Amino acid sequence: MKLPILFLLTFAAIAAATEQAIPADMAWVEGGEYVPMFGERSKPRKVAPFLLDRRPVTNAEFLEFVREHPEWRRSNSKRLFSDIGYLSHWAGDLELGENAPPNAAVVRVSWFAARAYLKNIKKRLPREDEWEFAARADPTQANASKDPVFLARILKWYGQPSPARLPDLITLPPDIRGVVGLHGNVWEWVVDFNNQMVTGAARDDTSLDRALFCAGGAVNATDAANYAAFMRYAFRSSLEGNYTTTNLGFRGARDAETTPPTP
Amino acid sequence: MKTTLLTIAITAMALPQMTSAQSTITASTNPASLAKDAPLQGEEIAVLTDAPNVPPPITRRHPTNVKVEIEVTEVVKRMADGVDYTFWTFGGSVPGKFIRVRQNDVVDFTLKNHPSSKMPHNIDLHAVTGPGGGAKATFTAPGHQTNFTFKALNPGLFIYHCATAPVGMHIANGMYGLILVEPKEGMAPVDKEFYVVQGDFYTTGDYGEPGLQGFNMEKAIEEDADYVVFNGSVGSMTGEKALKATKGDTVRLFVGNGGPNLVSSFHVIGEIFDRVYQEAGSRYQENVQTTLVPAGGSTICEFKLDTNGDFILVDHSIFRAFNKGALGILHADGEGDLMVFSGQKKDEVYLPEGGAIQTIPSETTAAPVAKNKEERIAAGQLVYGQNCAACHMPTGTGVPAAFPPLAKSDYLNADVDRAISTVLHGLQGEVVVNGAKFNSIMPLLGLNDENVANVLTYVYSQWDNSGAEVTPEQVAKVRAKK
Repeated sequence: MKLPILFLLTFAAIAAATEQAIPADMAWVEGGEYVPMFGERSKPRKVAPFLLDRRPVTNAEFLEFVREHPEWRRSNSKRLFSDIGYLSHWAGDLELGENAPPNAAVVRVSWFAARAYLKNIKKRLPREDEWEFAARADPTQANASKDPVFLARILKWYGQPSPARLPDLITLPPDIRGVVGLHGNVWEWVVDFNNQMVTGAARDDTSLDRALFCAGGAVNATDAANYAAFMRYAFRSSLEGNYTTTNLGFRGARDAETTPPTP
Repeated sequence: MKTTLLTIAITAMALPQMTSAQSTITASTNPASLAKDAPLQGEEIAVLTDAPNVPPPITRRHPTNVKVEIEVTEVVKRMADGVDYTFWTFGGSVPGKFIRVRQNDVVDFTLKNHPSSKMPHNIDLHAVTGPGGGAKATFTAPGHQTNFTFKALNPGLFIYHCATAPVGMHIANGMYGLILVEPKEGMAPVDKEFYVVQGDFYTTGDYGEPGLQGFNMEKAIEEDADYVVFNGSVGSMTGEKALKATKGDTVRLFVGNGGPNLVSSFHVIGEIFDRVYQEAGSRYQENVQTTLVPAGGSTICEFKLDTNGDFILVDHSIFRAFNKGALGILHADGEGDLMVFSGQKKDEVYLPEGGAIQTIPSETTAAPVAKNKEERIAAGQLVYGQNCAACHMPTGTGVPAAFPPLAKSDYLNADVDRAISTVLHGLQGEVVVNGAKFNSIMPLLGLNDENVANVLTYVYSQWDNSGAEVTPEQVAKVRAKK
C-alpha cells in the first residue's frame, strides 16, 4: 500500500519540476525595460521574460532535422523559401563535410528554414527586442551596453571578414547567463528582422523607419556612437526571408513565466 | 535692332577673352554641346582599373549601354610596412575600381557582395541623378548581388562610396572610388592619366604600430587620423611604384578624396598645375599651386612636365605628408631642361663660411658643456627633439620610404665618423638603412660640436643602438677633414 503512494508522490514532484525548470539547453532572460537603438529615450520598450537557447543551432542538429524532414534538404528546398546558397557549404544533402564542423553554428539557412526547425521542437525565433536585450550581456554584467571595452570588442569582430570554417561552439566564452555566441560568432536571425526598415536601404529622412542610412541614421539613433548596434540593424535590414549567408545562423527562444523558475 | 543685339551676343560668346576659361569638359554653357546628342546605340562592358591606372579614353561619338560590375570584398592588406588593416573594398583594393563612361550613357550597374563579407554594402555614385545615388537600389546582403541602371546626365569626375550604416565606418574602411563621365565632346588628349584618391584612416594603434590594426571609432569621430594616405597605403606611389612619365608629357591627374573626414590641400612639389578643374566641375582655373579637394569630392589637374625629375604629390597640410603618409612621387625621366631648372649649382654658394644656417636656442643661451655621458645624453635629447624628431620621429622609427630609421640602425652603428659627418654636413642621395632604400635630403643643421656630440650620443644610447659615446673632440676632427 505504501509503495504506490510513494510512487505517485514522486511522479507528481517530477511533473511539477519539469513544468517549472529551465531546459538545460536554455537560459532564463529576466526581461525588463530597454531603449533600442532607434527608440525614443523617453519611451523604453518592455521585454517580457523569455527563455533563450544557450548556443546557436549546430550543423549536427540541423542535419538531424533535414534527415527527418526531406523537404528541407538542400536539393529539395524551394527557392521561395531558401535562396541558392542554402546549406551550400555542406558536402551533400545529408553530409556535413569539412566546411561544416558538427559542433559549429549552422549557417546558410533562411528565415523560413530556421522557423521550420524551431517549430518542430516547440521553440520560436527570438524577437529583435529580445535578442538585443539578451545581447547586452558580457561575462560579468547583464547590461554592458555602456561599456566601451565591450563595444570595442564587438566592433572588432564586425570589422573582420568571416572565417571559411566556423569555430566549435565549445570554444566560445559564456556570458553572465551562460549564453554563448551572441557576439563574435555569427549573425543570428530574429523573427522580425525587417521590422526597423520595411523597405531596406533608404536614406529618406521622411520617415523614422527608413532613417538608418547616412545622415538620417545619425539623427534618429539614440546613441550615434554605438556603431555595433548600427551594423546589426543595417545587416538585418539587408535581408529577405529566403536569404542565406555564410555568417548568418539562428537560435531558439520560448515564452517564459514572469517569475523566475525554481532551479 | 533685335538682329544687332543678337549679333553682339554671339560675338561676345565667340571671343575667348570675354568668357571665363572654357573647358573641354563644359557641357551646358558650350554652344556646341547644346546640339542634340547622337542616339543611344550598342552595348559594351566597361573597362575597370585599379589605382593609379585609368581606363582608356572613350572614342565613341554616341552614348551606349555600359555594363559595370563591381565586387565588394573585405580584405586584409598592407597599410604601411609591417602594418595591416582590414579594408572594405569596391573591387579588392583602395580606392575602388575607376569607372569611365560617356555622358548620356545608360549604365547597367551590378554590385556583388562576396559571400565572405561580414557586412551588407551598397554604392552611392555621385554621378547618379536619383534618390540615394543608387544606394537604396544596391543594398546587398553578403553573398548576393543587386542591379540598377542610371543615365549619366552630367559630365564630370565623381566620387562613389558605400552608404550602408554606419556610413562613416564603411567609408573609413576604404569604400570609395571615382567614376568619370566624359562630356559628349570628349576630353582633350593627354600623354598620361593617373588615378589618385586620398583617404584618412583611424587605427587602434598609433601610426606605424605593427600588426593587424583595427578601426578605432573614437578617433574617427574626433577626426584624429593616424594615417592620411594616397591610394590606400603609405608608399603606394613611391620607390618602384612611383608614377612614371617623361619630360614633355602632358599629365592629367584624376584626384579624389574619399575622406571620411579630412579635406585635402592637394599639391605637387615642383609643379604648377596648368589647369585645375576645381571640384571637377566644368570650368578650369589656370596656374594653380595647391587646390582643395573636399571629402566626398574630386578635382582634375593637368600640367605639362617641362623638365625631368621627381615631383612629389602631397597633402600640403604638411604633417599629413611627412608624418601620416600622404606622399607620392611622379617620376619624369628624359633630359632635364636646364633653362627651366638648373639643379643645384656649386654648394659653396649655399654654405657660407664659418657658420650655421640654422641657429638653435642652446647656442644663443650658451648651454652648459656636458661633463659626462649622462649629461651628454640628457642634453642630446633636447637637441634631438628640436632638430631630428620631426623627420626621424620621436622614437627613431623614421618614416617608411621617406626618412630612414635611427632605431636599431645598421647604417648608424656601422660607422661613427660617417654619422658625425652626416649631422655636420647633411646628406643627399640614396642610402640603404636596415635593408630599405631611401633617396631623400637631410639638410645641414648647423649644430656646434658640443650639440652634435650630444645628439649622437643620445641617439646611440637609445632604441637598441650601440651605446657609443661621441665627444666634441671627435666631431671637431671630422669637421676638420672637410
